[in-house]
Amino acid sequence: MVLRGAAWPRPTRPSWSARSMYRLHRLLRPNPANLVLARLLERHPRLNRWFTEAEKQVKGAAFGCRMCGQCALPATGYACPMTCPKQLRNGPCGGVSATGGCEVYPDTQCVWVTAYERTETEGRVSDLTLLQRPIDHREWGKSSWINYWQGRDEGLWTEDDGLTRTHLVLTDLRAGGPQE
Amino acid sequence: MSSPEQGRLRAALRSGRFAVTAEIGPPRGADAQAIVGKADLLRDWVDAANITDNQGSHTRLASWAGSILAMRSGVEPVMQLTTRDRNRIALQSDLISAGAVGVPNVLMLSGDHPTFGDHPDAMPVFDLDSVQLIWTARLMRDQGRLLSGKPVRPAPQWLIGAVENPFAPPLRFRAQRMGKKVAAGAEFIQTQFVFDLEIFSRWMGEVTDLGLEKRCGVIAGVGPIRTVRAMEFMQSKVPGIHIPDQVVRRLRGVTSDQVAAEGMALCVETIEALREMTAVAGVHVMAFGQEHVVPELLERAGVPPHTATAPSATAGSNRKDHDAR
Repeated sequence: MVLRGAAWPRPTRPSWSARSMYRLHRLLRPNPANLVLARLLERHPRLNRWFTEAEKQVKGAAFGCRMCGQCALPATGYACPMTCPKQLRNGPCGGVSATGGCEVYPDTQCVWVTAYERTETEGRVSDLTLLQRPIDHREWGKSSWINYWQGRDEGLWTEDDGLTRTHLVLTDLRAGGPQE
Repeated sequence: MSSPEQGRLRAALRSGRFAVTAEIGPPRGADAQAIVGKADLLRDWVDAANITDNQGSHTRLASWAGSILAMRSGVEPVMQLTTRDRNRIALQSDLISAGAVGVPNVLMLSGDHPTFGDHPDAMPVFDLDSVQLIWTARLMRDQGRLLSGKPVRPAPQWLIGAVENPFAPPLRFRAQRMGKKVAAGAEFIQTQFVFDLEIFSRWMGEVTDLGLEKRCGVIAGVGPIRTVRAMEFMQSKVPGIHIPDQVVRRLRGVTSDQVAAEGMALCVETIEALREMTAVAGVHVMAFGQEHVVPELLERAGVPPHTATAPSATAGSNRKDHDAR
């Protein structure tokens, strides 16, 4: 499911600038229209498949998206942390080379170094200090846009110490998880 | 077994006494004596010893087993736990187990990728990352809950440790990255090898600007370089180690039979410099395969041995004599 084929995830430098993405993000924010769209798509499996495939193609080309279904891009300068071979949502790890190379692919820049450069340029380094909660592996392959528009991604990260809003880290956040 | 609340490392960090930790790399064989032997060398000199978790992605005796063997030998363990080989079920299970057998300290890290080890064909797990695992551990201890929300009773009581590399890009983010681990629950941090005091001081300045050293003991990593070959290996084969040109020149500038002595001298000087930094809580001595030099190293750097032999007997108030500051 997570790692298919011979290669580990490889750090990917986004093809679109961080600034253009922050602008585009304003249009994609949850609103009544895309909420209706998201609900409609979830009711119709075939439409949902087409939509999800389109998201996969667009985000795959732009960010190396692997469809984890719980998108961290707005908090990482639009450098996808799931392209890190260790899939660190709270990177970078300590194995980054002196030139900023990935521990596993020394010739490729660490995706968290990329994230730092992009957020620094835009004055948003503080985004990288947010605590990113563990991901829900049941969401792989699903559309993160549909999740986002329905408010399911609101607990993906927190700026507190993770205890004030303990519920964020618990697996019962998403539907189907064990309840307290 | 020592009670976790009375751990020697915890006592050192609480009292402000200069803490000393070292490393015990478990053997590949089913050999308890390999741990006991190293514990014998370190016992009188360290507050605790890290028991590494399949270090460098090479399969070894498990860190929980090594921790039990170390405790039996009178050395307080820091049980390392990487997110590389276990998912959140197994990680939480190991953390509960560590609490049950009385392991006083745990240290969480992501771990080297399997490509560096003896099983490059293995499936890496990385279900959680290191920050999330620290967060999980604190949730288990302080809130008595698993990630599933289920209660953990009684909650384990270990001290929570983490690592940071002040020398890896992006350098300006490294103090904030430590801040994430502190926010998640880390109470002490061990750093990568300090060979470059300039970069380390700058990082330490940022750490103090953020006030992190008051919430989390910073234990600086040190270690003697024995040969030029070992130095080259560290530079090329071990991820994240930074050796500045002046150190390389210094070790290459002596005859091959003098490299070990020069490496020791360099390490002694580094420890002395670190002791001068008031925000540094201690040193973590990594001397792979040369644990026997640790006492000499510490003695030359002016860090005395402690007189006690069992950590549970003396931890706490009567250890102030050890404080050199």
